[in-house]
Amino acid sequence: MSAADPHHATHHALHRTIEAVWRIESARVIAGLTRLTRDVGLAEDLAQEALVAALEQWPQSGVPDNPAAWLTATAKRRAIDLFRRNAVAKRKHEELAHELEAFEQTSPDLDTALDNTIGDDLLRLVFIASHPMLPTESRAALTLRLLGGLTTDEIARAFLTPEPTIAQRIVRAKRTLADKHIPFEVPRGPELAERLSSVLEVIYLIFNEGYSATAGDDLMRPTLCEDALRLGRILAELTPTEPEVHGLIALMEIQASRTRARVNSTGEPVLLFDQDRTQWDQLLIHRGLTAIERALRINSSRGPYLLQAEIAACHARARTPSETDWPRIVILYTELAQLTPSPVIELNRAVAVSMAHGPQAGLTLVDALASEPSLARYHLLPSVRADLLYKLGRHAEARTEFERAAALTRNTRERDLLLTRAASCETDPTDP
Amino acid sequence: MRFMVIVKATPESEKEGALPDPQLLIEMGKYNEELVKAGVLLALDGLHPSSKGARVKFSGESRTVVDGPFTEAKELIAGFSILQVKSLEEAIEWVKRGPNCSPGGDYEVEIRQIFEMEDFAPILSEEEIQHKVKRRAELPNQTASK
Repeated sequence: MSAADPHHATHHALHRTIEAVWRIESARVIAGLTRLTRDVGLAEDLAQEALVAALEQWPQSGVPDNPAAWLTATAKRRAIDLFRRNAVAKRKHEELAHELEAFEQTSPDLDTALDNTIGDDLLRLVFIASHPMLPTESRAALTLRLLGGLTTDEIARAFLTPEPTIAQRIVRAKRTLADKHIPFEVPRGPELAERLSSVLEVIYLIFNEGYSATAGDDLMRPTLCEDALRLGRILAELTPTEPEVHGLIALMEIQASRTRARVNSTGEPVLLFDQDRTQWDQLLIHRGLTAIERALRINSSRGPYLLQAEIAACHARARTPSETDWPRIVILYTELAQLTPSPVIELNRAVAVSMAHGPQAGLTLVDALASEPSLARYHLLPSVRADLLYKLGRHAEARTEFERAAALTRNTRERDLLLTRAASCETDPTDP
Repeated sequence: MRFMVIVKATPESEKEGALPDPQLLIEMGKYNEELVKAGVLLALDGLHPSSKGARVKFSGESRTVVDGPFTEAKELIAGFSILQVKSLEEAIEWVKRGPNCSPGGDYEVEIRQIFEMEDFAPILSEEEIQHKVKRRAELPNQTASK
């Protein structure tokens, strides 16, 4: 292509450069415009129009020295035009006057205005995109679109969802924000914790969507992990004194460090204890551990993300599974279970207890979960129980539990594994 | 995707015991902070002059050690960083925004992509992707269930 059609190649390269500039600048541009227009939907439309203008003009004029300022100024001019037109059509004069006045105030030196408040505006944008008023899936799409600079098509491919569905989610979300007059602000006081947890939930959801992708998936899916990490890292710099933000980043960095080891060459998942730990990404582990330290420097009380990160860190620090600090994991799971009680966490705690204090101690905890209705069809309960019974030499009971687990799992490979283990109980000579 | 940004050496950076100009350090600090705030900077390190380094030459079974310093500053490395970005173009955009570390002279910054797991993974055809999208769309409550 490049040799035969240099013009086309140049045009293509410039297009990719503009895309890159957009990726870098779009969140800041949209955040600044939202403050000016008080309407995140309008701000995004204006920013998009500015992008279209850039695609038309930059091939002739070249990329400007300060592309963010160019995009914002272009979008702002369009906003003023739009307000003038709307004024004639339907807007109240005083309202318009007020808005234009707001524009005038910021117009003398847009760069300075942007630089001084950009952090605040970005944070406001983070909070509004994850507003609890919106359904979770819309929050994820809107966050990726407004803060990650992803196109609707990219989001659709990443979530394995048709593009019109994503487009509609975004449109509806923007309309909800406008209709409900959701303010463009950073929540204060007791509201902050609740709103922040909504933001963290969205970022972790995006991460998990990418993390659950398999090797054969479209490349857009695994890159969601990178998008989530980038969003998390941005948030960490915007809210450096929030320990849970660093906790979430630590959790994501450490989980992402295992990406190379968690699937085998045919794309099948590999369990944590069977992973080749030399494949773990030490740079990401180091970043995760640093984020944990950062969180603990703020205060010593640990929230759910930080606790999960610390559990992940216990595994990350162990060069072999046998070096795992199980007593510490027990302490962390106990704290986590107190903070966010859940039968699944309790089951994980039981496994940790069995590793730290022997299978009988673990079995006592697992048996206490036997009547838990939410675990009635959860294959890991009989699977864990079977393993502990096996370790205790109660092979006949172990076999029954392995078979029960096999009947409950929907994963064929896992079922095969469980049935193999059930069969091994039968042939064992020590079976009482 | 990740890129290694390799800052090539200059005669100044190769000088024994040479420390960078304080003004430049401030500018570099500001630039690096911008990279951190954007969530793209994963790692960053500067290197001592090559006089404190060595080379190990491989030839068949033999290994020969050559102590620094080495000549040809522009072939040497003075520092590196690792950026996580969406494209080579984005890495280029970030690098272009950096301050000139050698205001008097010329030097180069090389950008190289780091191998990732995806580079070895099979990539689905457009048809297979569309099939997945369709199947996924038939499932109720996709992301909301989490």
